[in-house]
Amino acid sequence: MAELPILDVRGVGKIYELNGQKIEALRGADLVVRKGELVCLIGASGCGKSTLLRIVAGFEKPTSGQALMWDKPITGPAPDRGMVFQDYGLFPWLTVRQNIGFGPSSRGLPKAEVRDTVERFVTMVGLTRFADAYPHQLSGGMKQRVAIARVLANDAEMVLMDEPFGALDAMTRERLQDELLEIWQRTKLTVLFVTHSIEEAIFLADRVVVMEPGPGRIASEHRIDLPRPRDVASPEFNEVRREMSARLHSHHARKAA
Amino acid sequence: MSAGAVPGTAEAEPAPRVPSPWPARLRATWMALIVPLTLLAFWHFAVKWGWMQLIPSPYDVGEYMIDFAVGGIWDDAFSATLHIHLLASMSRVYGGFALAAIVAVPLGILIGRNEMVRALLDPFLQLMRPVPVTAWLPLSMILFGLGARSAFFLVFLGAFYPILLNTIFGVRSVEKRLFEAASMLGCSETAQFFKVVLPASLPSIFTGLRLGLGLAWFVIVVGEMTGVPQGLGAVIMDGRTLSRTELVICGMIVIGVAGFISDRIVVMVMNRLLRWSPSHHG
Repeated sequence: MAELPILDVRGVGKIYELNGQKIEALRGADLVVRKGELVCLIGASGCGKSTLLRIVAGFEKPTSGQALMWDKPITGPAPDRGMVFQDYGLFPWLTVRQNIGFGPSSRGLPKAEVRDTVERFVTMVGLTRFADAYPHQLSGGMKQRVAIARVLANDAEMVLMDEPFGALDAMTRERLQDELLEIWQRTKLTVLFVTHSIEEAIFLADRVVVMEPGPGRIASEHRIDLPRPRDVASPEFNEVRREMSARLHSHHARKAA
Repeated sequence: MSAGAVPGTAEAEPAPRVPSPWPARLRATWMALIVPLTLLAFWHFAVKWGWMQLIPSPYDVGEYMIDFAVGGIWDDAFSATLHIHLLASMSRVYGGFALAAIVAVPLGILIGRNEMVRALLDPFLQLMRPVPVTAWLPLSMILFGLGARSAFFLVFLGAFYPILLNTIFGVRSVEKRLFEAASMLGCSETAQFFKVVLPASLPSIFTGLRLGLGLAWFVIVVGEMTGVPQGLGAVIMDGRTLSRTELVICGMIVIGVAGFISDRIVVMVMNRLLRWSPSHHG
């Protein structure tokens, strides 16, 4: 009856071995994401949110359970799932244009098509003036725009974002949040977004997934029904924030007890 | 030389780098000349006032240098032979260096990338590394005979290790993140070699090449002590045996200048290819 979800995570767990010691980073995570949804994973460090994202990206293999995209097991990284890293991960020897064109040309698209795609996304993220600059000549916000454009130019269906705005200053962060929402609404992308900021999660998400540490697991899910565009200063927003905050702290209190 | 012209891009915006104005450049040249000129003056007066007995004056050396280069002053066995010796040394330096680069860069990449090759070769190469090139001299004379091949071998050996070690280092220190980025963008593992490993380790490879070329010039004197008739090292050795100190100093100056110029060329190529690297432009 329900349509097929784009992402279906079933009982995924991850145990690392570190110096002969076993560390359980994630236990029994279940998560369903539908096409076009913007889902935020939130939690304190060590709650396994990045591990879950990396498993979905295909960078890590789960030690139990499995992650399915369109009902097919995820076996490794692929262009249908693009990752935006907190530290950008741009190729320093390529210009903005070449970074954005890396995916399309790696997949062997014809040159003219690569060029058109690159121009489109350079414009979309507002970097026309810096199209031939190298990453070290850009600010953090510009670098992250390139990283986002690089994933979009590659026709990714799902964008995975690992605290992408965590290293940016507050003003730049707000700008990029707005831009992300604008792109998301325009392109109907599916976004899985990891953050440790409650405000960021509520501002962006259709749904917030709260995770907690020791071992990392999904604790609860919350639908955010605030109308968009959301105003972080409104009483409604603050109401949701207070609730979410209390929820997060109660998890911690329970753990401490 | 500046990054003004970016070839191949249609409406490339010129990089916002201001070319250094002439006064600044002039000042830099002047600053760089102070120490050598002072030393030259000291040398001149030290000889003139008899502090040093066995050393010719700068003027004598200069005069001899002209004779060495074009002849017409002394017209002895060494007059107008500079180009012969310089070419002989250059062919050995660049030949040995090129061979070292051709062997060391691929080998370094292999050792850096492949667990098995590393286990097989790394311990052996590390064990051989502390043996100074000069210590190889007698053995290379036995293996390659008295002559140019021996010099060539020593230059090769001298340039080999810095290139190899820096290549290994460069390949091994490519950020893991960049491989993740490449693979999620659909770049296959084999393609990542040319699209990630090589460009990412290029700065280290160049550091190795630069050190290697420097060492090649360094070793050439030792290499040409093996009884070759021509070469700047041979000139220095002959000058020593004949007690012709001005000849020794001329040989030193030519090696210094030649080594300096070849280093500048490498740096120019490097800055061109590594325009993207914040620590390599200018």
